[in-house]
Amino acid sequence: MVANIKDKAVIVGVANTEFSKNSGVSELSLAAQAVKGAIDDAGLKPSDIDGFATFTMDSNDEIEVARAVGCGDMTFWGRSHYGGGAATGSLHQAVMAVATGMAECVAVYRALNGRSGHRFSDGVSGDIMTADAIHWGWYMPYGLLTPASWVAMFTQRWMHNTGVTRDALFEVAHSTRQYALNNPNAFFYQRNFDRAEYDAARMIADPLQLFDCCQESDGGSCVIVTTPERARDLRQPGVSVRGIAQAAAADQEQMTSFYREEFAAIPEMEIAAKNCFEMSGLTVDDIDAAVIYDAFSPIVLWQLEAWGFCGFGESGDFVLDGALRPDGRLPTNTHGGQLSEAYIHGVNGIVEATRLVRGQSRNQPEKDVNHALVTSGVGIPTGGALLGKLD
Amino acid sequence: MNADEQKVFEEKIYAFVGQEVYPPTPAPDDVNLPMIRQWAEVIGETNPAYLDPAWAASSKRGKTIAPPAMMYVWGQEGFQVTRGRAPNAQSNLVAMFNDYGFTGVLGTNVKQEYFKEVSPGDNITIQMVIDNISERKTTSRGTGYFFETLSTFTDQNGEVVGTQRFKVLKFIPQELPAAAAADDNALEVPTRIASPRGHDNGWWWEACDEGKVLIQRCKDCQTLRHPPRPMCGQCQSMAWDSIESTLEGEVLSYTALRHPKIPGYPKDPICAVIQLAEGTNIVSNIVDCEYDDVFIGMKLKGKVEQVDDKTMLPQFYPA
Repeated sequence: MVANIKDKAVIVGVANTEFSKNSGVSELSLAAQAVKGAIDDAGLKPSDIDGFATFTMDSNDEIEVARAVGCGDMTFWGRSHYGGGAATGSLHQAVMAVATGMAECVAVYRALNGRSGHRFSDGVSGDIMTADAIHWGWYMPYGLLTPASWVAMFTQRWMHNTGVTRDALFEVAHSTRQYALNNPNAFFYQRNFDRAEYDAARMIADPLQLFDCCQESDGGSCVIVTTPERARDLRQPGVSVRGIAQAAAADQEQMTSFYREEFAAIPEMEIAAKNCFEMSGLTVDDIDAAVIYDAFSPIVLWQLEAWGFCGFGESGDFVLDGALRPDGRLPTNTHGGQLSEAYIHGVNGIVEATRLVRGQSRNQPEKDVNHALVTSGVGIPTGGALLGKLD
Repeated sequence: MNADEQKVFEEKIYAFVGQEVYPPTPAPDDVNLPMIRQWAEVIGETNPAYLDPAWAASSKRGKTIAPPAMMYVWGQEGFQVTRGRAPNAQSNLVAMFNDYGFTGVLGTNVKQEYFKEVSPGDNITIQMVIDNISERKTTSRGTGYFFETLSTFTDQNGEVVGTQRFKVLKFIPQELPAAAAADDNALEVPTRIASPRGHDNGWWWEACDEGKVLIQRCKDCQTLRHPPRPMCGQCQSMAWDSIESTLEGEVLSYTALRHPKIPGYPKDPICAVIQLAEGTNIVSNIVDCEYDDVFIGMKLKGKVEQVDDKTMLPQFYPA
C-alpha cells in the first residue's frame, strides 16, 4: 500500500552554487547561496519559506540556514539518512510536508565542501563511535574503506554474473562527459575525454578506474517545493511530483549488503520504482529522460535494470545502443551527472530533472520531456521520484 | 599578543617578503659524474642516462644528464655550515619569529620545477628570495605563519634550469600533556584501523584476538548469522551461542584498494566477500596471491594471524 500524494507538491524553484574544488567559503555560505538562488528562481521571498529538508549528513542546521537567508517562522524540518540515498529522500520529506499541509514552501538543500573539507575518498575511520561504526568495523581492518571499494565489490560480481564489460562502463562515463562539454558549471566543461584517457587512468579499486568515479566537489544545490495552487502563481513552469518513494530492502546494510542470497543487486531500488509507478499511474514507457545517481559509472546500469528500462543483465547492450545520448531512448544525466558536473549528493540531479521537465536543460532533448526520473544513490537505502509538468 | 602588537609584528615580518637570502652564487663545483654517481647510489637510482656515459652518448640526447632532483645539491655549502653561517634575510626572519615566541619549526613542503636538463661541465648558479609569508594560521601544531623561499637555478648561460619552493611553518608550540608528548616522540608505526567494540560485536573480536573466527548461532532455531546482531531475524529469539568456523571458503567477489594509500595497510590490499563452508559470508583479505590470480569461485583456506603490532585478523590463502 502506497500513500498517494501524486501531484500534491510542485517544484517551483531550483539553483546551484558555483561548483569548485575549493570554495573558499563555509558550507553554510554554500547552503545559503543555493537556497537564496532557488527562492529567486521561483519568484518567492525568503519569508515565504516555512520548511526545510536536507540530509542527515549535511552540516548546516536548518535554523542556521533560515537565519542566514532571512526566512521567517518555520513549521517543518526533516532530514533523510544514508548518504546519497537521501537525495530524493530529502525531496520526499518536503513533498510529504507540503501534501499534508505541515508546511507550504519547503526548501530542499544540500551543501558541502566535499573536496576542500571532508573528502569521501578519505574513507571511514575508527575515530567515530556510533552503532554505525560497529558496522564499518567489519570492513575497516581489511582495507575495505572507501565508497569506491564498496561499489567495486558489487561491480566485480555483477559483471561476472551478467557478462557486461568495461565498454558499457565507458559509455556511461563518456556520455555524461559529452553532456558536460556544454555546461559551464561542470568540471568537464569544454574538456575533451576519450577511451584512451579512460583506459589509461589509474586504478582506484578494481575494476573501477579514475573516470568511473564522480567528482569530489564543493558546492550547494536547492529545490523549492510548494502546493499546486501556489505554484500556478509563480515565475517558473511548475514541475509536479507525480510519484516519490524511499525504500530499504531486507538484509540491507549501508554500502555493504554482502549477506543476501545474491548480493550483486539493488532490490531496494526495485521497490522504489514499483511504488513510484503505482503512485503516479505512469509506466516506464512514460519516462522521457532521466537523472540517474552516478557516484560511479556501473551504478547507473543497475538502476536502468531496476526501473525496468531493460531486463536483468541487459543494461550493457541498452547503453551501448546509445540510449543515454541526446537522441537516445533515455537522455540521461544531461547536466554531466556527478561523474562530470559535480557531486552534490544528487541534489544537483533534482535541479537538472526539474530543468528537463521545464525545457531548460543545457542539453534539452529535442523530444518533449513530459516526465523525468530522478534517483538517489544505491547500495544504501534509496529512492526515486517521477516529475511531470504541472497541469 | 594583542591586536595592535600583532599588527606591529606582522608589519615587521612582512617587510621580509622579496628580500634576497642568497644573491646569485655560482656552485663551487661544476656538474660532475662523481657527485652524480654518489647521489644516485644513495637514492637507489640506476638510470643509465645519469650513470653510463657510453649508453648516454648513444642515446637521443647524445650525452649524460644530471638527475633533475640534484638541482639543489650543486650549491650546498658543505662542512663549513657546522661552523655557522653569516646572517641573511632568512636567518633574520627566523630569529624574529623566535623572539616573539614562534619557536616551533616545521618544514611542510618542497616543490621543485624543472625547465632544462644539465650535463657534466655545466655550472649552476643559485639565488634564493623570501617569496611569501602567510597570514596568521591556526594549525594542529599551534598558531603561526608559513613562509616560503623561492630558489632559482640558472646555468652558465643565464638560462633557468629550475626552481624550488620550500615552505616552513613557524609556530608557537602547544603545551602537550606528558603522555601525548611521549607519544609524539615514540616512533609509532601505523596499524590497521580497528573495529570499535560494543555489546553486539565485542565478543567476536575478542575471540579473533585468541585466534578463532566464530559465527553467531540462534539458540532456538539454530540459524547462523554474520555480522552478529542482538536478535535472530528468523525467530526473534535473543538467545544465542556460537560455533567456530573451519575457515574454508569460496570467493563471491573481490577488489583491491589501490587508491588512496592508507597508512598501516599493505599495498593494494585484496579484499573479498567470502562464503564460508558453514554458509555465512564474511569480508576478509586474500593474501599470498596476486590480484590477477583471484577469481570468483576460487577456494580459500583461512587462518587468524597477527597482521601488525596491534591487530589479529582472519586472512585467507588460496586453498
